[in-house]
Amino acid sequence: MMQAFIRGVSVCGPGLDGWAASRAILAGNQPYVPRPIQPPVPSILAANERRRTGAAVRLALSVAQQASEMADIAPGGIASLFATSNGDGAVVHAILQTLASDEPVSPTQFHNSVHNAASGYWSIATGSRQPTSCLSGGDASGAAALLKAVAAVEVEQVPVLLCVYDVPVPELLAPRRSTMGSFGAGLVLAAGAEHGALARLRVTYQPGPAPPDQEVPRGAAWRELAAGNPAARLLRLLESLAMGIYDDFALSLLDGHAQVTLDPC
Amino acid sequence: MRPLVLTATTVISAIGRGAAQTLAALRDRRGGLAPCDFQGIATGFIGRVPDVEDHALPPELARFDCRNNRLADLALHTDGFDAAVAAARERLGASRIAVVLGSSTSGILSTEEAYRARDPLTGAMPAGFDYEHTHEMFSLAHFLRSMLGLRGPAMTISTACASSAQAFIDARHLIEAGICDAAIVGGADSLCGMTLRGFASLELISPVPCAPCDAARAGISIGEAAGFALLERDGDGVALVGCGASSDGYHMSAPHPEAAGAVAAMRTALESARLSPADIDYVNLHGTGTRANDAMEDRAILAVFGANTACSSTKGWTGHMLGASGIVEAVISGLCLRYGFMPGGLNVAVLDPAFGANVLLHNADVPVRRAMSNAFGFGGTNCSLVFAAEA
Repeated sequence: MMQAFIRGVSVCGPGLDGWAASRAILAGNQPYVPRPIQPPVPSILAANERRRTGAAVRLALSVAQQASEMADIAPGGIASLFATSNGDGAVVHAILQTLASDEPVSPTQFHNSVHNAASGYWSIATGSRQPTSCLSGGDASGAAALLKAVAAVEVEQVPVLLCVYDVPVPELLAPRRSTMGSFGAGLVLAAGAEHGALARLRVTYQPGPAPPDQEVPRGAAWRELAAGNPAARLLRLLESLAMGIYDDFALSLLDGHAQVTLDPC
Repeated sequence: MRPLVLTATTVISAIGRGAAQTLAALRDRRGGLAPCDFQGIATGFIGRVPDVEDHALPPELARFDCRNNRLADLALHTDGFDAAVAAARERLGASRIAVVLGSSTSGILSTEEAYRARDPLTGAMPAGFDYEHTHEMFSLAHFLRSMLGLRGPAMTISTACASSAQAFIDARHLIEAGICDAAIVGGADSLCGMTLRGFASLELISPVPCAPCDAARAGISIGEAAGFALLERDGDGVALVGCGASSDGYHMSAPHPEAAGAVAAMRTALESARLSPADIDYVNLHGTGTRANDAMEDRAILAVFGANTACSSTKGWTGHMLGASGIVEAVISGLCLRYGFMPGGLNVAVLDPAFGANVLLHNADVPVRRAMSNAFGFGGTNCSLVFAAEA
């Protein structure tokens, strides 16, 4: 069974502003107040790049930077995997409106429209030469990303930064995809437990539906968020990590699921 | 790395449907580019696949209907690929085969058409518009998994023009880690206003058929294509023996001027294959036809291989198939290995005199033991794959 150790974690979502501030909330020791948060502008981005990036990229870079810092890894110093169901819907919507009105497309918007925009800006901001990939698994983006990231750690025996994020898609573009809030989570995964690992993850892929009690977060307060934003499906993992408890949980992936065991170190 | 075998492949592009037509077009030096006649856009040339408009998906999967998935479905029903996957499904089990496919724009054309067809009074989108199953990035992998009756993990890899090359690397991790025993890799990208007009805004569309490595090259011609490979640990077929990926860390849409990322990807691929540069007989270049890409790649080839290793771009035939380039050029590399053949760049009148690499201008019938294929994308992401005639 493949495994990886969590060396760093970050979260940014409604009422969850960074891991330090969110840990007690996710552990159930502090009340959850789901007010929308403004993703912090990532300090690693140069001023001219900050102006060019939208909410999705800023969210992704913030959680990527915070998870790296917690793991005491130089930002961009390790391989990365970004996962988002929708990418930057606002940019795509703006270009679609431009196309429909036969106006010229903005070059900056065009290169920002790629699904891997966050991964590109991350490597630019950090000057990284490391491998990076970007995937979508629809609602199961978190499950697909966890399988892929842990597999990369296992096979390459190198640490991997995983960044899972989704921001709302404009209503017109995706009326049945009105992603709730903005949510991002980052994990630094490593092959060994040295350097202060928080927990060990063991992951398998299983055919058949995820047992519902193993997928839904324990905290009733953020179940709606977990159901409404693909990235927020990782809340079950995050709350178990915050509580420091052993957990055997599942993440749906179409008609199968990722089965995950989390063991605190 | 432990080699993986491409036990079945399929391809469809502007130069043909299937390996035989693709090989014949390359050998006969028949390109697939024609003046752009797509969606009222008349800038430059395109590599259009005929009759995509007339192809229908099976009724039970009609919700996935869009140009990109039609193109994917055409590829699926070519060269016996669907039958090969069905046999693998029987042998390995449906849940042991992953679907890892690359695309840069998925089925966005459907959304472009829907935005144009909005109700003029209410602004409402047309009835039946289904973002999730057409335009959403996951649509392609979800569609293929449904078509093939597979039950393994599925994901769409979207790293711009490196997407379907990156899919090989990501699928390899899943197979090597034991998450699955085989994977459908490759991908699809189809013509749309987004890329035709987006690249025009960057002034990267060539007014004449693209001529990679030509002294007077003036940009890309956009093509569409789909292709897949069944990647397994064992079996008969061309083998993936090395792969490397890197980032430029430089610019979203311009390549690194010193080619640092491309060099790193190629060197990593050679190291993972435990090969030296001299072991590579042919490099299928990313070779888009832009001033910057081709100059950068020439520099990278010189740094890694020196001035002798034969290389060429086949985008003069197909156009730049964006996220589908990686799989199409992997299949072309496989044809070079299998038939002992190297294509010389098409549409090239005069090789850029500043170039130092051994860019082929004429087809050559010579044995090819190992071939490298490059794919680079926006965001500064680079992939190099090494293929061998056998594992």
